[in-house]
Amino acid sequence: MSSKFLSQYGDQIATLTMEHLWLTTAAMLFATAIAVPAGIWLTRSPRWARPVIGMANVLQTIPSLAMFGFLLPLPWLGERAARIAIVALTAYALLPILRNTYAGIRGIDPTLIEVARAIGLTDAQRLFKIELPLAASFIFAGLRTATVTCIGIATIAAAVGAGGLGELIFRGVASIDNRLVLAGAVPAALLALAADGIMGFFERLTTVKR
Amino acid sequence: MSNALEFRSVSVVTAAGRSLLSDVSLALGEGTVTAVLGRSGSGKTTLLRTANRMIDPTRGEVYVDGRKVNDAPLVDLRRGIGYVIQETGLFPHFTVERNVGLVLEAKGTPKLQRTKRCEELLRLVGLDPAAFSNRYPHQLSGGQRQRVGLARALAAEPGILLMDEPFGALDPLTRAEMQDMLRALLQHLQTSVLLVTHDLDEARYLADRIVLMSEGRLIANLDRDEFLQSSRPEIVDYARAYHRSRTSEASHPEPGSRA
Repeated sequence: MSSKFLSQYGDQIATLTMEHLWLTTAAMLFATAIAVPAGIWLTRSPRWARPVIGMANVLQTIPSLAMFGFLLPLPWLGERAARIAIVALTAYALLPILRNTYAGIRGIDPTLIEVARAIGLTDAQRLFKIELPLAASFIFAGLRTATVTCIGIATIAAAVGAGGLGELIFRGVASIDNRLVLAGAVPAALLALAADGIMGFFERLTTVKR
Repeated sequence: MSNALEFRSVSVVTAAGRSLLSDVSLALGEGTVTAVLGRSGSGKTTLLRTANRMIDPTRGEVYVDGRKVNDAPLVDLRRGIGYVIQETGLFPHFTVERNVGLVLEAKGTPKLQRTKRCEELLRLVGLDPAAFSNRYPHQLSGGQRQRVGLARALAAEPGILLMDEPFGALDPLTRAEMQDMLRALLQHLQTSVLLVTHDLDEARYLADRIVLMSEGRLIANLDRDEFLQSSRPEIVDYARAYHRSRTSEASHPEPGSRA
């Protein structure tokens, strides 16, 4: 890319990258706040696990452009494109986080859970001292998948006017300008790689040796 | 003499209607060691687990220090009872020190005190605190893990210690070492011990009283010496079966046994 191109579009790329990050981060925060507690709850009421994880799975299956389309006519959501984008991205992020939180805790050696109870830890102590730390690497693996997915799908949010790096891609496609397409695609890909690396680091950091 | 732990006509029936324990009565005098012998499935582990309410009896009552276990808050009851199992159940994400101090941590004991108590306990079970405090369970041998498990069980100075086949997974040499250590240790402590084992020699070596269970029933409850000299057919049968299994074990050593 020429320096002329960069000086012309540099500011825009930076702004749209920030927008992209903001959409993804907001969605990830919402999704984590919903899916981690829900996953914990499912380990306490396992008979709900199938229907609830099944529902998250259905959300995951809806094509992204269709999802944005569904949300567009809704009263409060439809007014602001960013709201639609965040809700849709949150929906996509739920499944990997929910599934990994549930599986991570359920996968802990039952002897350890039993000992935690037998030596007199309260339910909260068992959760925070034993279960969450032992399931942490699984939960981070879920967050990693969810973040990378969100960054990818966020590019499509530009279709409903929510901004983000997808805007450059769509504009580039419309004006048959490959440089413009790349100006959106390359930073989006880099964001995804960076997120993958960072979350992967936390995943390894919390992995427990046995 | 009051009883540290007492089972009164305890029965446990599973939801499916299978009887695990029928009408078991047993009292542990303070500071004594009672071994519960029996084959797998005889109900000995079930009996032990009713003491800290990991299982609640279908009928009958369990008393700790003369108080019904159901009357005490569950968490307090369990913190006052040491629990040692074959698999040790050490938490892999905690250091030895944190594992040992976990019950105290749960009770809100300050860290400094916990560290001090942990050093004390590690010495008591024969581990050098300087070398072991900061290790993780995966860095320990089987015998060392069992020692740490025992230290953890003793941390809150429990009046009762429940031990479920504590040395069952260890090789014979390590097992003998652990039995020596436990015996020496119990002489200093005023803890009452309920030791579940299938190992007659272990019961003989460690217990004051030996109880034999079969199919959920308590079929003998005698002083150690009376038990060993008893000519009651069920006791003689058990002893014979035990010794036969030991002999065959010695002539065909397990290839995969490890420390």
